[in-house]
Amino acid sequence: MERDEVMQVMRDKAVEMLEVEADAVQEDKSFVDDLEVDSLSLVEYTMDLEDALGIELPEEELTGLTTIGAFLDLIMTKVPG
Amino acid sequence: MSSRSVLVTGGNRGIGLATARALAEAGHRVAVTYRTSPPEDIFGVRCDVTSTAEVDAAFAAVEEQQGAVEVLISNAGLTDDQLLLRMSEDSFLRVLDTNLTGAFRVAKRASRPMLKARWGRLIFVSSVVGLSGAAGQANYAASKAGLVGLSRSLARELGSRSITSNVVAPGFVDTDMTAELTEARKAELLRTIPLGRTASAAEIAGVIAFLATDASSYVTGAVIPVDGGLGMGN
Repeated sequence: MERDEVMQVMRDKAVEMLEVEADAVQEDKSFVDDLEVDSLSLVEYTMDLEDALGIELPEEELTGLTTIGAFLDLIMTKVPG
Repeated sequence: MSSRSVLVTGGNRGIGLATARALAEAGHRVAVTYRTSPPEDIFGVRCDVTSTAEVDAAFAAVEEQQGAVEVLISNAGLTDDQLLLRMSEDSFLRVLDTNLTGAFRVAKRASRPMLKARWGRLIFVSSVVGLSGAAGQANYAASKAGLVGLSRSLARELGSRSITSNVVAPGFVDTDMTAELTEARKAELLRTIPLGRTASAAEIAGVIAFLATDASSYVTGAVIPVDGGLGMGN
Protein backbone atom coordinates (compact mmCIF):
# COMPACT_ATOMS: atom_id res chain seq x y z
CA MET A 1 0.00 0.00 0.00
CA GLU A 2 1.07 3.57 -0.70
CA ARG A 3 1.59 6.03 2.11
CA ASP A 4 -1.39 8.19 1.12
CA GLU A 5 -3.66 5.15 0.97
CA VAL A 6 -2.68 4.15 4.51
CA MET A 7 -3.15 7.75 5.65
CA GLN A 8 -6.65 7.62 4.20
CA VAL A 9 -7.41 4.47 6.21
CA MET A 10 -6.08 6.18 9.35
CA ARG A 11 -8.22 9.22 8.63
CA ASP A 12 -11.39 7.20 7.94
CA LYS A 13 -10.95 5.12 11.08
CA ALA A 14 -10.22 8.21 13.14
CA VAL A 15 -13.41 9.87 11.98
CA GLU A 16 -15.38 6.69 12.65
CA MET A 17 -13.86 5.71 15.99
CA LEU A 18 -12.48 8.85 17.56
CA GLU A 19 -15.10 11.38 16.50
CA VAL A 20 -12.55 13.80 15.08
CA GLU A 21 -12.76 15.89 11.88
CA ALA A 22 -11.02 14.31 8.89
CA ASP A 23 -9.07 17.54 8.27
CA ALA A 24 -7.69 17.43 11.81
CA VAL A 25 -5.82 14.20 11.12
CA GLN A 26 -2.49 15.64 9.92
CA GLU A 27 0.99 14.15 10.12
CA ASP A 28 2.38 16.85 12.39
CA LYS A 29 -0.48 16.54 14.89
CA SER A 30 -0.76 14.32 17.94
CA PHE A 31 -3.89 12.30 18.71
CA VAL A 32 -3.44 12.87 22.42
CA ASP A 33 -2.14 16.45 22.62
CA ASP A 34 -3.88 18.05 19.63
CA LEU A 35 -6.98 15.94 19.09
CA GLU A 36 -7.54 15.18 22.77
CA VAL A 37 -8.14 11.48 22.25
CA ASP A 38 -8.14 9.50 25.50
CA SER A 39 -5.68 6.64 25.94
CA LEU A 40 -8.23 3.82 25.87
CA SER A 41 -9.79 5.12 22.66
CA LEU A 42 -6.32 5.26 21.15
CA VAL A 43 -5.76 1.60 22.08
CA GLU A 44 -9.06 0.69 20.42
CA TYR A 45 -8.18 2.77 17.38
CA THR A 46 -4.85 0.96 17.08
CA MET A 47 -6.62 -2.40 17.32
CA ASP A 48 -9.00 -1.32 14.57
CA LEU A 49 -6.12 -0.26 12.34
CA GLU A 50 -4.42 -3.60 12.90
CA ASP A 51 -7.57 -5.41 11.79
CA ALA A 52 -8.22 -3.08 8.85
CA LEU A 53 -4.65 -3.35 7.53
CA GLY A 54 -3.96 -6.94 8.56
CA ILE A 55 -0.87 -6.01 10.54
CA GLU A 56 0.35 -6.19 14.12
CA LEU A 57 1.61 -3.18 16.03
CA PRO A 58 3.51 -4.37 19.11
CA GLU A 59 3.14 -2.18 22.19
CA GLU A 60 6.88 -1.71 22.57
CA GLU A 61 7.08 -0.17 19.10
CA LEU A 62 4.17 2.18 19.77
CA THR A 63 5.71 3.57 22.93
CA GLY A 64 7.12 7.03 22.47
CA LEU A 65 5.33 7.81 19.21
CA THR A 66 3.97 11.32 19.51
CA THR A 67 2.79 12.46 16.09
CA ILE A 68 0.39 10.93 13.62
CA GLY A 69 3.24 11.03 11.10
CA ALA A 70 5.45 8.88 13.34
CA PHE A 71 2.56 6.46 13.77
CA LEU A 72 2.16 6.35 9.99
CA ASP A 73 5.91 5.74 9.57
CA LEU A 74 5.64 2.70 11.85
CA ILE A 75 2.62 1.35 10.01
CA MET A 76 4.42 1.75 6.66
CA THR A 77 7.11 -0.66 7.92
CA LYS A 78 4.39 -3.28 8.53
CA VAL A 79 2.08 -3.11 5.52
CA PRO A 80 2.96 -5.17 2.49
CA GLY A 81 4.32 -3.01 -0.30
CA MET B 1 -31.18 -14.35 29.10
CA SER B 2 -28.44 -14.34 26.49
CA SER B 3 -26.00 -17.24 26.29
CA ARG B 4 -22.47 -16.00 26.86
CA SER B 5 -19.10 -17.46 26.01
CA VAL B 6 -17.47 -18.18 29.37
CA LEU B 7 -13.93 -19.26 30.23
CA VAL B 8 -12.95 -20.48 33.69
CA THR B 9 -9.25 -20.95 34.35
CA GLY B 10 -8.39 -23.80 36.69
CA GLY B 11 -11.82 -25.22 36.01
CA ASN B 12 -11.24 -28.93 36.40
CA ARG B 13 -11.99 -29.11 40.14
CA GLY B 14 -13.11 -27.20 43.21
CA ILE B 15 -14.57 -23.72 42.84
CA GLY B 16 -13.64 -23.51 39.15
CA LEU B 17 -15.48 -26.68 38.20
CA ALA B 18 -18.52 -25.82 40.33
CA THR B 19 -18.64 -22.41 38.64
CA ALA B 20 -18.29 -23.90 35.16
CA ARG B 21 -21.13 -26.33 35.87
CA ALA B 22 -23.40 -23.64 37.33
CA LEU B 23 -22.93 -21.43 34.28
CA ALA B 24 -23.34 -24.32 31.84
CA GLU B 25 -26.58 -25.29 33.56
CA ALA B 26 -27.74 -21.68 33.21
CA GLY B 27 -27.38 -22.05 29.44
CA HIS B 28 -23.99 -20.43 28.80
CA ARG B 29 -21.23 -21.81 26.55
CA VAL B 30 -18.54 -22.74 29.00
CA ALA B 31 -14.92 -23.77 28.62
CA VAL B 32 -12.33 -24.42 31.28
CA THR B 33 -8.57 -24.55 31.36
CA TYR B 34 -6.78 -27.31 33.25
CA ARG B 35 -3.20 -28.34 33.79
CA THR B 36 -3.33 -32.11 34.22
CA SER B 37 -6.76 -33.73 33.91
CA PRO B 38 -9.69 -32.28 31.95
CA PRO B 39 -13.23 -32.40 33.39
CA GLU B 40 -15.55 -34.99 31.85
CA ASP B 41 -18.56 -32.82 31.25
CA ILE B 42 -17.15 -29.41 30.20
CA PHE B 43 -15.06 -28.37 27.19
CA GLY B 44 -11.48 -28.23 28.44
CA VAL B 45 -8.25 -26.79 27.07
CA ARG B 46 -4.87 -27.56 28.57
CA CYS B 47 -3.16 -24.39 29.72
CA ASP B 48 -0.55 -23.34 32.21
CA VAL B 49 -1.33 -19.69 33.02
CA THR B 50 2.36 -19.01 33.67
CA SER B 51 2.90 -19.23 29.90
CA THR B 52 1.70 -16.33 27.74
CA ALA B 53 1.93 -18.58 24.66
CA GLU B 54 -0.24 -21.27 26.27
CA VAL B 55 -2.75 -18.64 27.38
CA ASP B 56 -2.95 -17.32 23.84
CA ALA B 57 -3.37 -20.81 22.39
CA ALA B 58 -6.07 -21.67 24.93
CA PHE B 59 -8.03 -18.52 24.10
CA ALA B 60 -7.73 -19.30 20.38
CA ALA B 61 -9.10 -22.81 20.97
CA VAL B 62 -12.00 -21.45 23.03
CA GLU B 63 -12.76 -18.76 20.42
CA GLU B 64 -12.89 -21.49 17.77
CA GLN B 65 -15.21 -23.65 19.88
CA GLN B 66 -17.67 -21.10 21.29
CA GLY B 67 -16.75 -17.57 20.17
CA ALA B 68 -14.77 -14.80 21.85
CA VAL B 69 -14.72 -14.97 25.63
CA GLU B 70 -17.30 -12.59 27.09
CA VAL B 71 -17.04 -13.73 30.69
CA LEU B 72 -13.62 -14.52 32.13
CA ILE B 73 -13.34 -16.21 35.49
CA SER B 74 -9.73 -16.15 36.57
CA ASN B 75 -9.55 -18.89 39.14
CA ALA B 76 -6.37 -20.88 38.51
CA GLY B 77 -4.29 -20.85 41.66
CA LEU B 78 -2.02 -22.80 43.89
CA THR B 79 -0.63 -22.71 47.40
CA ASP B 80 2.85 -23.43 48.69
CA ASP B 81 2.61 -22.74 52.41
CA GLN B 82 5.64 -22.08 54.53
CA LEU B 83 6.59 -19.69 57.30
CA LEU B 84 8.41 -16.63 56.00
CA LEU B 85 11.80 -17.65 57.31
CA ARG B 86 11.53 -20.99 55.55
CA MET B 87 9.84 -19.68 52.40
CA SER B 88 12.18 -19.65 49.43
CA GLU B 89 12.15 -16.76 47.01
CA ASP B 90 11.40 -19.31 44.33
CA SER B 91 8.25 -20.42 46.16
CA PHE B 92 7.11 -16.82 46.50
CA LEU B 93 7.70 -16.06 42.83
CA ARG B 94 6.09 -19.29 41.67
CA VAL B 95 2.86 -18.64 43.59
CA LEU B 96 2.75 -15.02 42.37
CA ASP B 97 3.41 -16.14 38.79
CA THR B 98 0.38 -18.42 38.75
CA ASN B 99 -2.06 -16.61 41.03
CA LEU B 100 -1.41 -12.97 40.14
CA THR B 101 0.60 -12.71 36.93
CA GLY B 102 -1.47 -15.58 35.54
CA ALA B 103 -4.60 -13.50 36.18
CA PHE B 104 -2.96 -10.54 34.43
CA ARG B 105 -2.11 -12.73 31.42
CA VAL B 106 -5.63 -14.07 30.95
CA ALA B 107 -7.29 -10.70 31.61
CA LYS B 108 -5.04 -9.01 29.09
CA ARG B 109 -5.77 -11.64 26.45
CA ALA B 110 -9.51 -11.44 27.15
CA SER B 111 -9.75 -7.65 27.11
CA ARG B 112 -9.22 -7.04 23.40
CA PRO B 113 -12.35 -8.91 22.20
CA MET B 114 -14.27 -7.47 25.15
CA LEU B 115 -13.30 -3.95 24.07
CA LYS B 116 -14.47 -4.71 20.55
CA ALA B 117 -17.75 -6.11 21.85
CA ARG B 118 -18.14 -3.23 24.31
CA TRP B 119 -19.24 -5.75 26.89
CA GLY B 120 -17.37 -8.02 29.23
CA ARG B 121 -17.12 -9.53 32.67
CA LEU B 122 -13.80 -10.04 34.43
CA ILE B 123 -14.12 -12.02 37.63
CA PHE B 124 -11.11 -12.80 39.80
CA VAL B 125 -11.25 -15.50 42.44
CA SER B 126 -9.28 -14.21 45.40
CA SER B 127 -9.46 -15.37 49.02
CA VAL B 128 -10.39 -14.10 52.44
CA VAL B 129 -6.70 -14.36 53.35
CA GLY B 130 -5.86 -11.77 50.69
CA LEU B 131 -7.31 -9.21 53.09
CA SER B 132 -6.77 -10.86 56.48
CA GLY B 133 -3.38 -12.45 55.87
CA ALA B 134 -2.57 -15.92 57.15
CA ALA B 135 0.48 -17.29 58.91
CA GLY B 136 2.38 -19.51 56.51
CA GLN B 137 0.74 -18.00 53.44
CA ALA B 138 2.72 -14.83 52.75
CA ASN B 139 3.05 -15.78 49.08
CA TYR B 140 -0.55 -16.88 48.62
CA ALA B 141 -2.05 -13.96 50.57
CA ALA B 142 0.11 -11.44 48.72
CA SER B 143 -1.01 -12.88 45.39
CA LYS B 144 -4.66 -12.82 46.41
CA ALA B 145 -4.42 -9.24 47.70
CA GLY B 146 -2.76 -8.29 44.43
CA LEU B 147 -5.87 -9.38 42.56
CA VAL B 148 -7.82 -6.59 44.26
CA GLY B 149 -5.52 -3.90 42.88
CA LEU B 150 -5.47 -5.58 39.49
CA SER B 151 -9.24 -5.89 39.29
CA ARG B 152 -9.95 -2.37 40.51
CA SER B 153 -7.49 -0.89 38.03
CA LEU B 154 -9.21 -2.76 35.22
CA ALA B 155 -12.60 -1.62 36.52
CA ARG B 156 -11.38 1.97 36.07
CA GLU B 157 -9.67 1.40 32.71
CA LEU B 158 -12.46 -0.52 31.03
CA GLY B 159 -15.63 0.65 32.74
CA SER B 160 -16.47 3.13 29.98
CA ARG B 161 -16.82 0.17 27.60
CA SER B 162 -19.31 -1.73 29.79
CA ILE B 163 -16.66 -4.14 30.97
CA THR B 164 -16.90 -4.83 34.69
CA SER B 165 -14.18 -6.26 36.87
CA ASN B 166 -14.82 -7.79 40.26
CA VAL B 167 -13.21 -9.95 42.89
CA VAL B 168 -14.85 -12.77 44.78
CA ALA B 169 -13.14 -13.59 48.07
CA PRO B 170 -14.12 -17.05 49.28
CA GLY B 171 -13.51 -18.16 52.83
CA PHE B 172 -13.01 -21.71 53.97
CA VAL B 173 -14.26 -23.99 51.21
CA ASP B 174 -14.37 -27.78 50.93
CA THR B 175 -11.88 -28.31 48.12
CA ASP B 176 -8.76 -30.33 47.49
CA MET B 177 -6.74 -27.26 48.45
CA THR B 178 -8.26 -27.05 51.94
CA ALA B 179 -8.30 -30.84 52.44
CA GLU B 180 -4.59 -30.60 53.16
CA LEU B 181 -5.19 -28.75 56.46
CA THR B 182 -4.83 -30.63 59.74
CA GLU B 183 -7.97 -31.47 61.79
CA ALA B 184 -6.77 -29.21 64.59
CA ARG B 185 -6.32 -26.30 62.18
CA LYS B 186 -9.77 -26.95 60.69
CA ALA B 187 -11.44 -26.96 64.12
CA GLU B 188 -9.67 -23.72 65.00
CA LEU B 189 -10.83 -22.12 61.75
CA LEU B 190 -14.44 -23.21 62.20
CA ARG B 191 -14.62 -21.40 65.55
CA THR B 192 -13.88 -18.12 63.77
CA ILE B 193 -16.63 -18.47 61.16
CA PRO B 194 -19.98 -16.93 62.20
CA LEU B 195 -21.90 -19.45 60.12
CA GLY B 196 -19.97 -22.19 61.92
CA ARG B 197 -19.30 -24.32 58.88
CA THR B 198 -17.28 -24.44 55.69
CA ALA B 199 -18.71 -23.56 52.28
CA SER B 200 -19.40 -25.93 49.46
CA ALA B 201 -17.79 -24.99 46.15
CA ALA B 202 -21.32 -24.52 44.79
CA GLU B 203 -21.97 -21.74 47.30
CA ILE B 204 -19.02 -19.79 45.89
CA ALA B 205 -20.04 -20.63 42.33
CA GLY B 206 -23.48 -19.09 42.90
CA VAL B 207 -22.00 -15.67 43.61
CA ILE B 208 -19.56 -15.88 40.71
CA ALA B 209 -22.43 -16.89 38.44
CA PHE B 210 -24.38 -13.81 39.55
CA LEU B 211 -21.44 -11.58 38.56
CA ALA B 212 -21.43 -13.22 35.13
CA THR B 213 -25.03 -12.26 34.38
CA ASP B 214 -26.69 -9.06 33.20
CA ALA B 215 -28.17 -8.70 36.70
CA SER B 216 -24.75 -7.54 37.97
CA SER B 217 -24.34 -4.83 35.32
CA TYR B 218 -23.82 -1.99 37.85
CA VAL B 219 -21.36 -3.89 40.03
CA THR B 220 -17.71 -3.16 39.29
CA GLY B 221 -14.54 -2.79 41.32
CA ALA B 222 -16.19 -4.75 44.09
CA VAL B 223 -14.61 -7.27 46.41
CA ILE B 224 -17.37 -9.65 47.40
CA PRO B 225 -16.69 -11.87 50.39
CA VAL B 226 -18.32 -15.30 50.33
CA ASP B 227 -16.93 -16.49 53.60
CA GLY B 228 -19.68 -17.17 56.13
CA GLY B 229 -18.70 -13.95 57.89
CA LEU B 230 -15.10 -15.01 58.49
CA GLY B 231 -13.59 -11.84 57.07
CA MET B 232 -16.01 -9.27 58.47
CA GLY B 233 -14.31 -5.96 59.15
CA ASN B 234 -11.48 -6.48 56.70
